[in-house]
Amino acid sequence: MSSLTVTDAYVRLGEKAVLAGVSAAFAAGQITTIIGPNGAGKSTLLNLLAGLRLPDRGQIELDGADINTLTLRARAQRVAYLPQIPEVAWAVDVRTLVGLGRTPFIGARGLSAEDDAAVERAMIAGGVAAMAERTVTTLSGGERARVLIARALAGEPQWLLADEPLTGLDPGYQLDVASLFRKMAHDSGRGVIVTLHDLHMALRMSDRVIVLAEGRVLADGTPMEALSPQILAQAYGVQTRFWDGEAGPVIEIICGRG
Amino acid sequence: MKPISRPLLYTLLGAALVLLSLVSMSAGKIWVPWSAWLNPTSDPRWMIVFELRLPRTILGIAVGMALGVSGAALQGYTRNPLADPGVLGVSSMAAFGAVMTLYIGAAMSMPWLMPVGAMIGAMIGIGVLLLLSGAGSSVLTFILAGMILNIVATGGFSLALNLAPSPWAMSEIINWLLGSLADRSVDEVRLAVPFIIVGSILLLTISKALDALTLGDAGARSLGINMNRTRVILALGLGLACGASVAVTGMIGFVGLVTPHLLRPLVGARPGALLMPSALAGAAILLLTDIIARITPSVVELKVGVVMAAVGAPFFLVLLVNMRRRAA
Repeated sequence: MSSLTVTDAYVRLGEKAVLAGVSAAFAAGQITTIIGPNGAGKSTLLNLLAGLRLPDRGQIELDGADINTLTLRARAQRVAYLPQIPEVAWAVDVRTLVGLGRTPFIGARGLSAEDDAAVERAMIAGGVAAMAERTVTTLSGGERARVLIARALAGEPQWLLADEPLTGLDPGYQLDVASLFRKMAHDSGRGVIVTLHDLHMALRMSDRVIVLAEGRVLADGTPMEALSPQILAQAYGVQTRFWDGEAGPVIEIICGRG
Repeated sequence: MKPISRPLLYTLLGAALVLLSLVSMSAGKIWVPWSAWLNPTSDPRWMIVFELRLPRTILGIAVGMALGVSGAALQGYTRNPLADPGVLGVSSMAAFGAVMTLYIGAAMSMPWLMPVGAMIGAMIGIGVLLLLSGAGSSVLTFILAGMILNIVATGGFSLALNLAPSPWAMSEIINWLLGSLADRSVDEVRLAVPFIIVGSILLLTISKALDALTLGDAGARSLGINMNRTRVILALGLGLACGASVAVTGMIGFVGLVTPHLLRPLVGARPGALLMPSALAGAAILLLTDIIARITPSVVELKVGVVMAAVGAPFFLVLLVNMRRRAA
């Protein structure tokens, strides 16, 4: 089973230490959620894991090999990344966009029959096969989010790293995307790592939660452990409690910092 | 609109190029019928065709190709449909480099200096663009950087004109800035075409990176694209192709801007898929415009750069209006 670990990572941006010694080992077959206040270093950590940025100190290992020693192509074949603000610059159709997910596999001759088959599978898995011929600019935000996830699936990666994939989606689409991620992790055995702001969704969709605060790991455990009132009070300065809801436990935010 | 198949597209563009080349060899102040080509010994008009119009036609194809593929590559890289070597100041920096060699008079004794000057100018231009815009490369910084380059280059021309040693040198510079394919010889073909071919091939090799850039800089890098390598190839390719083109024809705008737009409805918006068709269509568009410039009745022959601007500027305007309407 594939493994992804970060060991004692430091990242400094100007004067500020964005990550100050972060270590974590991620497991395939589950959804790991990284939460934490604004500026806690969530996106930076995800960038490190995706190999898009190097730590000033520390190490990222994919299946035991330093991520620096992999070719860009080999890394991209195994790790897919969804940026926080997904950009789609041109009015291409959905199939073409999903096909971009095959970039790490294609040679000079363009998409092979095998690539085309992977694109079809990804569109079916992402639930976007019906809109294959539509132009991405005509899609709603929720449809676009699913198309972009299908794009990440097209490379059939071992790891999917998604930076705030639920932001800007309505509740229906949020649950859609969450169940897509669950399928990827639980049924296909891939590792899914997401950053979230929504405590409730973090509790609901994660197998494991890592709380970052001021560039350090404040908590790392099951959602119920990591999202406990003590931890949340420390991380956000808010007072919370768990409720038993119909679909599982719910986090109620009682009052804020003031 | 459904994109048409690639073989059909290439057949159409190829046929258009062959036809336009034949017309380009015949058309002008003196119309040379194709029958005259076959009797080189008896018909003196044969000279016009092979000494004047053949190099002109070859240059038209090569320069059009260079400008078309450069425009498509720049639009793909910047993810901005308004980008082209002219708008972003790459052409004017190339022209600035060439003017410097004209100005110091070195180009007279060493003709190869002018394309070298132009290519250096073009590479400085694209280098400054890439540096100023950085990895983030927002559309706005790119356009602003291009504006600055255009202003710098224009200042350079003005200075060169102001300090021109003779009226002859002055008119030489102005004439050349207007952009023309007239009276070019085999020498110019030899000077420019090899660089144009190498530059265009370099630009064609980054098609996969340009495709991936549809997903933005981070998206492309996460797909395994080496952006630093892409930027270096882009700068080299543009420098060689645009620099060599500007060196032999002066500044011809709008080909790079217009060509990818005309093709997008036919081949789709994927930037990598637009490169090769833009090269062919750019060649056809420049040939056509040059033919129009030649056969338009006027006292002095119209310059192709002027005709292209007369057609391209309104096109640019329509483009802007359409973009605004879509954004609204």
